[in-house]
Amino acid sequence: MANPTLTRVPTMAEMAASGEQPEILFWVGCAGSFDQRAQKVTGALVRILNQVGIKFAVLGQEELCTGDPARRAGNEFLFQMMAAQNIATLEGYGVKKIVTACPHCFNTLKNEYPVLGGNYTVLHHTSLIQDLLDSGRLSVEGGLFKGKRITFHDSCYLGRANDIYEAPRAAMAALDAELVEMRSCKSRGMCCGAGGAQMFKEAEPGKEEVNHARTAEALDVKPDYVAVACPFCNTMMSDGVKYADRQDDVRVRDIAELVAEAAGLFG
Amino acid sequence: MAFVQPLIFTVLTVAAFSMAGLRFKRIYENIRMGQPEPVKGSLRNMILLALGQKKMFRNLIPALLHLAVYTAFLLTQVELLEIFLDGFTGRHRLIYYAVQDSAFGKGLYIAIISGIEVLSLLAFAATLAFLARRNLLKVLRFVKSEMNGWPRLDGNIILYLEIVLIAAIFTMNGADEALHRAEGKGSYGFLLSGNAVWLLFSGFSPETLAVLERVGWWFHILVVFSFLNYLPFSKHLHIMLAFPNAYFTRVSGNGQMRNMPEIQREIQSMLDPSALSGEALPPPDQFGAKDVQDLSWKQLLDAYACTECGRCTAACPANQTGKKLSPRKIMMDTRDRMEELSLNRQKHGPDHQDGKALLGDYISTEELRACTTCNACVQECPVSINPLSIILELRRHLILDQSSAPESWTQMFTHVENNGAPWQFAQSDRDKWISQTEA
Repeated sequence: MANPTLTRVPTMAEMAASGEQPEILFWVGCAGSFDQRAQKVTGALVRILNQVGIKFAVLGQEELCTGDPARRAGNEFLFQMMAAQNIATLEGYGVKKIVTACPHCFNTLKNEYPVLGGNYTVLHHTSLIQDLLDSGRLSVEGGLFKGKRITFHDSCYLGRANDIYEAPRAAMAALDAELVEMRSCKSRGMCCGAGGAQMFKEAEPGKEEVNHARTAEALDVKPDYVAVACPFCNTMMSDGVKYADRQDDVRVRDIAELVAEAAGLFG
Repeated sequence: MAFVQPLIFTVLTVAAFSMAGLRFKRIYENIRMGQPEPVKGSLRNMILLALGQKKMFRNLIPALLHLAVYTAFLLTQVELLEIFLDGFTGRHRLIYYAVQDSAFGKGLYIAIISGIEVLSLLAFAATLAFLARRNLLKVLRFVKSEMNGWPRLDGNIILYLEIVLIAAIFTMNGADEALHRAEGKGSYGFLLSGNAVWLLFSGFSPETLAVLERVGWWFHILVVFSFLNYLPFSKHLHIMLAFPNAYFTRVSGNGQMRNMPEIQREIQSMLDPSALSGEALPPPDQFGAKDVQDLSWKQLLDAYACTECGRCTAACPANQTGKKLSPRKIMMDTRDRMEELSLNRQKHGPDHQDGKALLGDYISTEELRACTTCNACVQECPVSINPLSIILELRRHLILDQSSAPESWTQMFTHVENNGAPWQFAQSDRDKWISQTEA
């Protein structure tokens, strides 16, 4: 039975109607809203936010794609259109601080909206989780993942694009698991193959799929869990694990899921 | 006849510097073909990346080998100063004889020349290792298809020149040392030529030694002059352009694409016609980059600073999985197209259109489409080159000017525009997850 206070999701519209202002906006993103796998990560982050009592809200139907895949594909018109609408919405609600579980949304909101007039403090959920664990606002039981081998797949848009390598690792450190690094990790981490709008098209001709190659690197370190911090990496690595027929013994999980589970928030 | 050598030397020096100067001017003009791009000057970056080779140390063994050649090259510039002084005046070891009565001066001179000798020996070993890595071990990044032909030969020519240069240095110092001893003046005291190398020359007569010393000396300076003129036609130009390229750093981070204010204005006026006051700007001729002059000067400088080491390509996930894309080729194509365009303009006048372009004639759509924008190429470049930014500008041209997109991207665009998400879901279903989570 889900605890209703843990799974409550207020919207900005509701808050505004009752004259309230949330501490932080949870930018869910398209994957987090629509993709069934990513929805679970969204749910995990909602539980974490509620557990520690952060007053948050989501935009619900008022949120639109940030425009990242359009921009990377080359469609600047569409990107600018999405950005202008989103910034208008965010300004309308007086949003100051944003957390998101998608590194692509994170990067666009943080780095590409300011020049268009949208200035916010933007956090990736792994940084927020790291803060919550460090400050003791969130505590996890080590037992659940004790002795399990976990390897973290760096997201390009967290790592090389924004120099965030430690936050996800720090969050995982609390799990009391055995963290193992892949051959290429951190600033050398290999892409999952989804970025640059590749997620939305077939790969160009080649000898191998990028996600299969990356998953092979992950499987080389014999993990029980492949941890990710991006909904697209999640899809790519999950598909890679299935392609290698290892879905029964290797699980792909977002950092938020691992932490929420270890904190007993799925009760 | 004492004036003959200084005269020849002076003529050669003027000729070598003039020829090289013209070529460097051409390169400067080619870079100036580019569009404006704001940059900041960062001495720190130049000191860390170019002078300090910081990023080279991401791969330890090549970094150490490269360091040997690099430091030998740097220190040799001090000796070159004396060679120029000797060359112009017709004197021999002018600085040595000027400082020989001062214990400090002589000690420093001996230390510097000894340092050059030791580093030259290390550089010699490194050069052999480099030749082996390129030609025997065939390290993958050196044998990718874009390296076929001239690029591979270019890489080897430089290494052969280095061997000639080092041989000349030791011939010069070894013969000079043997002569010095034969004339009863004892040893100069240089570490390698004074203790070992001179023995190779000890059987020769003083006359032969004098000739050998001259041969070594002239070979040395001729290789330097050749190198100076070869550099600007070679990937080896990086030894100079790495410095400005590291100094001029991009204002935006790796995660930020260049904003297009012309499109931003267009969208603003669409969404809120009253927001924009004043003059309507004429629409630009085109969007994104089709040819080299559409790129920024920094992107063009990047292309000339590239030494084709291939660290970018080795790290590229598309290249690793057999796709056509190679970030190094993007840089080589940009440079080669600049050269072609400037040559054609030189022949046919500055407004000449040769009907070719970087996009299409050099870089194919298939290459551009394979990029995952992961920034691995940018991360790996030891001298701050950004191939990704060029790829993205060319992609913009494909979409915005040529409406060239794979069918699935066109659908994605439609979904984003109509449903606010890259998939075909109704915008009204965007918050469905909330009720599912709360249930």
